[in-house]
Amino acid sequence: MKPLETVTTAIANSFRSKLRTTLTILAIFVGAFTLTITNGLGTGISNYIDSQVAAVGPSNAFTVTKTDASTSPGSGPQKYDPNTRVLAAGGRPGSTQVALNQSDLDTLAAIPGITGVNPVSRLSPAYVQWNSQEKYQLSISPLAGAQPQLAAGAPLDDAGSEPQIVLPSSYITPLGLPGNDQAIGQDVTIGIQDAAGTMHTITARISGVEDNALLGSGGAFANKALTAALTDAQSTGAPAATKNTWTAATATFTPSTKAQINDIKSRLTAAGYTAQTLEDRIGTVKTVINGIIGVLDAFAIIALVAAGFGIVNTLLMSVQERTREIGLMKAMGMGSGSVFALFSTEAAFIGLLGSLIGSAAAIGLGTAISGVLARGPLSDLAGLQILSFAPGSVAGVILLVMIIAFLAGTLPAWRAARQNPIDSLRYE
Amino acid sequence: MSVPILSTRDLTKTYGRGPDRFDALKGVSLDIDRGDSVAIVGKSGSGKSTLMHLLALLDTPGGGEVHVDGTNAKTLSGRKLNTLRNQMFGFVFQQFFLNHATSVLDNVVLPLKIAGTGARERRARGMAVLEQLELADKARNKAGNLSGGQKQRVVIARALANNPQVLFADEPTGNLDTATGAIVEDILFDLNQNHGITLITVTHDHDLAARFNRRLYIRDGQLITTDEEHAA
Ligand SMILES: Nc1ncnc2c1ncn2[C@@H]1O[C@H](COP(=O)(O)OP(=O)(O)O)[C@@H](O)[C@H]1O
Ligand SMILES: [Mg+2]
Repeated sequence: MKPLETVTTAIANSFRSKLRTTLTILAIFVGAFTLTITNGLGTGISNYIDSQVAAVGPSNAFTVTKTDASTSPGSGPQKYDPNTRVLAAGGRPGSTQVALNQSDLDTLAAIPGITGVNPVSRLSPAYVQWNSQEKYQLSISPLAGAQPQLAAGAPLDDAGSEPQIVLPSSYITPLGLPGNDQAIGQDVTIGIQDAAGTMHTITARISGVEDNALLGSGGAFANKALTAALTDAQSTGAPAATKNTWTAATATFTPSTKAQINDIKSRLTAAGYTAQTLEDRIGTVKTVINGIIGVLDAFAIIALVAAGFGIVNTLLMSVQERTREIGLMKAMGMGSGSVFALFSTEAAFIGLLGSLIGSAAAIGLGTAISGVLARGPLSDLAGLQILSFAPGSVAGVILLVMIIAFLAGTLPAWRAARQNPIDSLRYE
Repeated sequence: MSVPILSTRDLTKTYGRGPDRFDALKGVSLDIDRGDSVAIVGKSGSGKSTLMHLLALLDTPGGGEVHVDGTNAKTLSGRKLNTLRNQMFGFVFQQFFLNHATSVLDNVVLPLKIAGTGARERRARGMAVLEQLELADKARNKAGNLSGGQKQRVVIARALANNPQVLFADEPTGNLDTATGAIVEDILFDLNQNHGITLITVTHDHDLAARFNRRLYIRDGQLITTDEEHAA
């Protein structure tokens, strides 16, 4: 029998007992549906987390601080060293943060694997104002290179000389701006105090408006030009020593494998710095979500294994029913291999049908539900599509179901193949 | 003299084990020449069908040998064996074994489908055979909706679809009334006389047996030289 003939005959055979085939397909449908949904949930949530993480900062950068021995409990107070500057830092009372200076930045830049070092300037603007209306407090995200999810406008231009700002969408109405889209291109005034208490004002253009974000700080984002202007204004009149010390720096690296990142990290540790990637800070959230999805997937697989037994049963009955037909075909010279191929193709076809219908239903229903949720209960988390279906993983699900169906079909198919033609024909 | 198309040596076949053990064939030796017409005659349960199945290589003997065109069947590979079953032999079973749900044509071309013949040629060949058996107008009918005589002709058409050299027929007229049986008999003898097909037929009808070139009498799994009923 030709391969194509085997396929068409197997398909025709699977429709000969419609009720039985339909019930088996239903069993597979449940498994494939569940698996596709959990898969979509995984894709949707991790897409969202990825975009949220990108809003906090770039993934190819460390936040570097100087390692402080005093943080280990029981080590007692540190000896005073006139060469190190300390900054009061958040955390438990009395804890200090050893500051970074220019020579630290040079050391960091010299470490192999690091492509760029930027000090993190803590900017403390006093207010933001539009068109001489009400003034509001403002904080600016300290990490350069963040990619906030925009509700309107364009990303910041770090190369240009125009000071630009991305404002959280919660600022738009209070500032008196008519709407997200109308805010783009408007100029806002930022007030910032210098070391002597003098207020400076700086004008910045709104390049984008940020969606409400899960991990965001609620702060605005500034481009390089605006950051420089604000830094200049803030440090007017400050002693040089303060001007050139920073609590932390961002060290960028070329995107690399986990092992390479760990390599760079251990070099930084050896040099006396503490380095954290975004992954380090947000990784635990992802681990928990992956764990939950893993459990859901396990349930789907259990459903599929149960469906697999359904296939075994369906095909065993169909082999039984067609014993004579198999005997006749073997008497007419059909090889055992062809008989095996015929029945296992039938199994794979039933699997394909069940998984296609299951996945299609899951995608249809999931997309609808996801849309409703995004507009309703989850509308505060802008950009969250709780279920999203990647073609690759849906194809993977279909393939997996077909493999399970095929494996389930091998026992009945083998039974059919090894039958002696005459015994089969005598079968009553 | 040419090599016989089929020959057996001391063929035995035993069914069952222990107390159920039954010797259906007890050493059968015979030669059948190409183009011959042979009737295997015997009472019910004498081993006629068992012998036919062994001759057509559908079952494995307990002992002894079957030679096809001088080749010992035991030495044939699985693939070669399937080719012989498919192309050299046509078999008309004691029951029809038709697939009632599909069309007459689909039933007839089953051996061609197994052989891997293309759909177009399969159709042409199937229609030609149905024509030969005067069933062309029934090609589209469901096989289940035919009369007994028509079914028997469909079964013969199926056996002929792949142009076999040997046609086996196991009591082909057993289930038919006399008039229909006579038509089927004529078809079989026409195939033997005008198409050179070797015809081997099982029957317990002595009038039918008389029309064959040769008769082999079988009793309790052994060939006997005389027709016991006529002798008696
Ligand atoms: N599969 C089988 N198992 C046990 N006994 C069988 C089997 N097939 C046939 N027999 C027995 O072998 C004997 C010969 O059977 P068979 O060749 O069908 O006879 P015939 O065709 O001459 O009527 C019978 O007694 C029958 O009961
Ligand atoms: Mg019989």
